[in-house]
Order: sequence, then C-alpha cells, then structure tokens
Amino acid sequence: MTQPTIAPAHEPAIQVAGVNKWYGAFQVLKDIDLTVNKGERIVICGPSGSGKSTLIRCMNRLEVHQEGSIIVNGIELTNQLKRIDRVRSDVGMVFQHFNLFPHLTVLENCTVAQRWVRKLPKKEATQIAMRYLERVHIPEKADKYPGQLSGGQQQRVAIARALCMNPSIMLFDEPTSALDPEMVKEVLDTMISLASDGMTMVCVTHEMNFAREVASEVVFMDGGQVIERNTPDILFSAPVHERTKRFLGKLLH
Amino acid sequence: MFQLDLFLHAIFSAPLFKGALLTIGLSLCVMAVSLVLGMGLGSMAGSPRPALRWLVTLYVWLFRGAPALLVLLFVWNGLPQISEIFRAGWFTPFVAAFLALSLIQIAYLAEILRSAFAAVGHGQREGAAALGMHRWQIFLVITMPQALRIAVPALMNEFISLLKTTSLATVISLKELMTVSQFAIATSFRFLEWYGAALVYYLVIVSVLTLAQNRIEHVLSRGYR
Repeated sequence: MTQPTIAPAHEPAIQVAGVNKWYGAFQVLKDIDLTVNKGERIVICGPSGSGKSTLIRCMNRLEVHQEGSIIVNGIELTNQLKRIDRVRSDVGMVFQHFNLFPHLTVLENCTVAQRWVRKLPKKEATQIAMRYLERVHIPEKADKYPGQLSGGQQQRVAIARALCMNPSIMLFDEPTSALDPEMVKEVLDTMISLASDGMTMVCVTHEMNFAREVASEVVFMDGGQVIERNTPDILFSAPVHERTKRFLGKLLH
Repeated sequence: MFQLDLFLHAIFSAPLFKGALLTIGLSLCVMAVSLVLGMGLGSMAGSPRPALRWLVTLYVWLFRGAPALLVLLFVWNGLPQISEIFRAGWFTPFVAAFLALSLIQIAYLAEILRSAFAAVGHGQREGAAALGMHRWQIFLVITMPQALRIAVPALMNEFISLLKTTSLATVISLKELMTVSQFAIATSFRFLEWYGAALVYYLVIVSVLTLAQNRIEHVLSRGYR
C-alpha cells in the first residue's frame, strides 16, 4: 500500500485502524487503516462489492465492524449507545437513495431531527432549516413533499437536512449514483461548495471530475482492501497497482 | 306484511339506539386497545430475537384459529370456572366481550401491522438513525406514520368486520344491537321491521366509517400524490 502523501499530521477526524468485517463467512473489509484529518476531503472509489459503502457506513455505525477500531472526533465507536449518539450527532450522512421522509414536507424533513434530537423550539429549527435550504438553492420548495421534487432536488434537500444538525464531518455514500445524468451537476456543485468551506468529507463516488477538483486524497478499494491511495493528480495519472489501472481505465474511457 | 310505521318506530326506539351505542362503544374500545397492542406485537414480529418472533407467531396462530363465538363463550363461561376473580360483579358481559374480541382483534391487527412495518423501507430507519434519532423516536415519528398509511384500508376492513362480530355477543346476553332486536321480536313477533331497523343501524355506522376512512387516507397520503 502506498503511504499517504498529504501534509504532516493535522488533527484527526476519523481514525480507522485494523478494521475487519464479515457478512457470515464472507469478509467485506480486510485490515482497513485510514485516517481522515479535519478539513480533508477523501474520495473512496472502487468496483461494486469492493466494500467502500460498507466502510463509510461503519464510520457512523450504521454497520458494525467486528475487529479493529474506528475513532471519530476522539470517540471510539462501540456498542455503547451514548457514544454512537455523540458520533451521529456530529456526523452527517447523505445516501444514494436520499432516504428523505416521504410523509413529511421538505421543511419538516430538515427540522424533525433538530426538534427531537437537539430539542430546539420550532421557530429556531425552522430558521436553521431555511438557512440551509437557501444554501442548497431550494428554499421555495420548503412546503413541498419529497415526492414532488426531482431526484437532484431531493438529494440537495438531503444534504440540507444533514447540515441542519451542524455536523463537523459529512459522509456521502454514492450521492449521485441514483440520479439522472442532467441532475448530477447540481448535487456535485453543492458538495463542491461545501468542500470549499472546509467541511471534512468522506465521499464514496465514481465522479472522477469531482474527485479531481476537491479531493485531498483518493482511496481505491477492491475486494475489501485499500489497494492504493494518493492525491487525485498522481492516482489518476500514475496508478501503481494493476487493479487500479484496470478500474480507472474502465471509468475514464 | 311489512308495516312501515312499526319499522320507523323501531328505528327511533330508545332500546335500539342504546344498543347501537353499545355496539359502537364496544367496537371502539376493542379497536383502540388492539391497535396499541397489535402495533407492539407487529413490531415484535420483526425483532432479531427468535423467542419474541416465536411468541408472536404462536399468539396469532391461536387467536386467528379460534372462532369468535368459541372465544366469547370460553371467556364468559370458562374464565369464572378457572378463577374466583371472574365470578365477581365487575365481570359483566361487556367486559367479557371486550376481552374476548380484543384477544382476536390483536392477532389480526398484529398481522396487518407486521407487514406494514416491513413495507416501510430500511432506508427510512437508517436516514433517521444517521441524524441521531433514537429507536423509539424513529418508530414514533418516522416508521409508524408511514406504516399506518399503508395499513389504513386493511385496518378499516378489520374495524368494520369487528363491528359486525360484536353481534355474536348476543350469546352472552350483552345488550347490543342484535340482542335488543331479538328482545323486541320475542314480544312482538315482527321480524321484518326489527331486523330491518337493526340493518339500517349497521349500514349507517359502516357508511360513516367508510367516509372516515376516505378522510383518513386523504390526510395520510399527503406527500404521496
């Protein structure tokens, strides 16, 4: 494995060390070591079944790892609910299929967790929600239901919903994979603007142009392992491993 | 022949009206309790613990299999034989009917709600969990409203069915709609008029329920149109 080439140790946001995970007899993650420092933007790519989604879902314990340790903002993820709560309240996540709540309006989607988790009064939660809906350029849809929005609009609402909890880290699990091609850009633009604000981001995506533009590091995974990691420039122009070359070859042509 | 004035008299008579109120009251009580417990049982059916799932299966098997008439008679006549407690004054036909019909209704509603909860996608729970919501918050605010929307037509079916099943409580002499009609017939021998009047009551109640169902479905389907 190639050593990371990023600048000297900053404060770590996510530390994944020696993580192994099995689904029954099948090993999905093999000896994963990955540190994400505050303010870094990591893009994870790899063929389907490579374990990249599983890895990112372990970072807020939607999935449980069996061996190794995952420490997020100094809190190790274990079965203790208190720790999971603290991590989740500080880590936002955006899903491939948006996972908006279809029975709630766009505004309610953005306020529900603020009110139930943060215990904020309705007025304050609404103000915060509107601020982030404006941020993703969709305030006029506040009273609509998710089903009335296009895919791209729904995903931007999902980003706003996560931002409403004021997270210090954002996880993106294939945020554009379920979108029609013409809607990919609006979502990526939102993510780019988030990156330029210094948000710590981990993105599972195949959008190589996005990776080139914002990633501080690209991680290539295959067969549950981190095969290679480097800055996007170097990884894309001079990949070391055969599997990386093959994958990038398919993706870029 | 059919006497219209006697039919109208029957419809507006106090006993029949009271009988109808009792029928409605009993149905509402049974439905309310069964909804809460059926929801508990229905979500237990999706539990990772096999013992819990097994318990739910056993319960549903027993009370879906037993005829309502049998359960009614078992509760009313059988329970007092089991224990002193059920021989006291509080154990009225209403309490017995409530108990018996609830036992059955819970089993049916648990089945309906189990499948409704399963139909709410896993992503909904994950989306809420990723926002830091707790399990019971997710249940209350995210999963349950969506499951109810799916279940409303079937639940209303069960409610209407329950409303008519309460007429079986006539065998334990609960003074509901059918018992009251039978009493009136026993003294007057006017079958058509009194059965007709009782039928009108049932049809009116069911019509109101159908309208209510449309209203509820309309409200719950916001966001799905």
